[in-house]
Amino acid sequence: MQKRLFKIDSNDPVARDTLRMGLRTDAPVAIRSGQFVDIAIPGYYLRRPISVSDVLPDGVILFYKVVGEGTKVMAGMTPGMELELLCGGDPGSQSGMTKGMGSGFHPEKCQEAALLVGGGLGAAPLYLLARELLAAGKRVTAVLGFNKADEICLVEQYRALGVPVHIATLDGSAGTKGFVTDAIAAAKPAFDRFYTCGPLPMMKAVCTTLDAPGEASMEERMGCGAGFCYGCTLQTQSGPRRVCADGPVFDKEEILW
Amino acid sequence: MVKDLSVSLCGLRLKNPVIPASGTFGFGLELADSLDLNVLGGISLKGTTREARFGNPTPRIAECTAGMINSVGLQNPGIEALVSDKAPALRRIYDGVVIANISGYSVEEYAYNCARADACPAIDLLEVNVSCPNVHGGGMAFGTDPQSAAAVTRAVKAVTHKPVFIKLSPNVTDIVSIARACEDAGANGITLINTVLGMRIDIKKRKPIIANKMGGFSGPAVFPLALRMVYQVAHACGIPVMGCGGVARAEDVVEMMMAGATAVQVGAENLRNPSACPEIIEALPALMERLGIDRLQDIIGIVE
Repeated sequence: MQKRLFKIDSNDPVARDTLRMGLRTDAPVAIRSGQFVDIAIPGYYLRRPISVSDVLPDGVILFYKVVGEGTKVMAGMTPGMELELLCGGDPGSQSGMTKGMGSGFHPEKCQEAALLVGGGLGAAPLYLLARELLAAGKRVTAVLGFNKADEICLVEQYRALGVPVHIATLDGSAGTKGFVTDAIAAAKPAFDRFYTCGPLPMMKAVCTTLDAPGEASMEERMGCGAGFCYGCTLQTQSGPRRVCADGPVFDKEEILW
Repeated sequence: MVKDLSVSLCGLRLKNPVIPASGTFGFGLELADSLDLNVLGGISLKGTTREARFGNPTPRIAECTAGMINSVGLQNPGIEALVSDKAPALRRIYDGVVIANISGYSVEEYAYNCARADACPAIDLLEVNVSCPNVHGGGMAFGTDPQSAAAVTRAVKAVTHKPVFIKLSPNVTDIVSIARACEDAGANGITLINTVLGMRIDIKKRKPIIANKMGGFSGPAVFPLALRMVYQVAHACGIPVMGCGGVARAEDVVEMMMAGATAVQVGAENLRNPSACPEIIEALPALMERLGIDRLQDIIGIVE
């Protein structure tokens, strides 16, 4: 983990209350899917942990929702402004600071075909995972759930990768009416491992419904974001675990649903 | 002229007065990959109880203006893990002063934990936490009246030859009487302040943000309060004080020392900036130069 300055490349609305921010820095970044960056927002005391949706050779792409004062300030930022992030270090560095923020997903545990199940902005970190899975020669299907059609984002990016995307909306304004579990039942995708990120009730439904092995990315209010304040601890099958450092990704069996 | 940052604390030499405060730096090990721990004057380890504790339910963290509330609730792996695993592991990679922060639910538990820490060669100094606002039936209950603070002090002094600092709560009406009671009971020093009991409400949900409703408020907003208490206690007692509360910059370290602190702990700032302590230490020599200070030790309690 290291502190680095990034410059905002782009910061554009992509759906209701949802923005896509591109950030660049002056050296390569080492970040895997499921990891996050921890953003210092001028005027606010704590950082904002935001999952990484895509990694460029020298930058990151984030999707975020305006949910409070800090993300509102972020939404008002313009290209050229700088942000200080905690993130994984330069992969070429010998300083021992390459370890990223959070545990990340495990694409290597998928044998042939993966199912990605995202709820709302949970689609964001799963996009980088889709790229990693495809690069490793796995087949990928995505099921993305949203409250309404105006919240839909990232679907075109998934499709551009050649990933089939099934959409569920609670109000039926797009795709299958209902939950992601309804869309999964309708689409009947073949997979040997699933990965999910989204609201807790959705992940609970997914993890307790699907038979295959799976991983879920958990969320908790964080203090340090780097494993030393113990502010975001979750009780799990194997005892207390820190969402920021031991997670945010956990095997579905680990979580006490 | 080369600046001398070292201070002497109960016979222990600290290469500089800057110490990450208990609860804001884990057991040091968590940050070993990201920082050079050996620049730190000391490290105060996460508060430890006899048995392992999960701590409080989440959310445990709430942001505030110029600070934050935490309600971790003394999550820790228990005293045996501290003395057999965490402290020795830190000792192997860290050459500064290792401070065990000890909590308890009874006078007997404090004494037991301190006896175990006393037997651990990796630990240099004991900081006895009678001020945690996040646990019921223990913690702060012992630090809010002079008699119980003195009772804990006497009990732990009886089982250790290591220097004992009592960490006091600011949630009291007369901090000086409690500090004096600890000194009279044999304490070698006082750490203050622990966090200030605080609360935030989510106005959309109409519920407290912290699951436990209240928690410990810390951060730059409490610095003047902490400084005032450090000043009062340092001037009323003959034992050294470790100043803690809202320290975020090299200037704050100097200010705390001028108020009477021999060493200075950095708490919440570590959570927003994991390299806060190394950055403060790095900034000290240039600040000393500007202020005409050659030896930091010389400014301790310089303000009358």
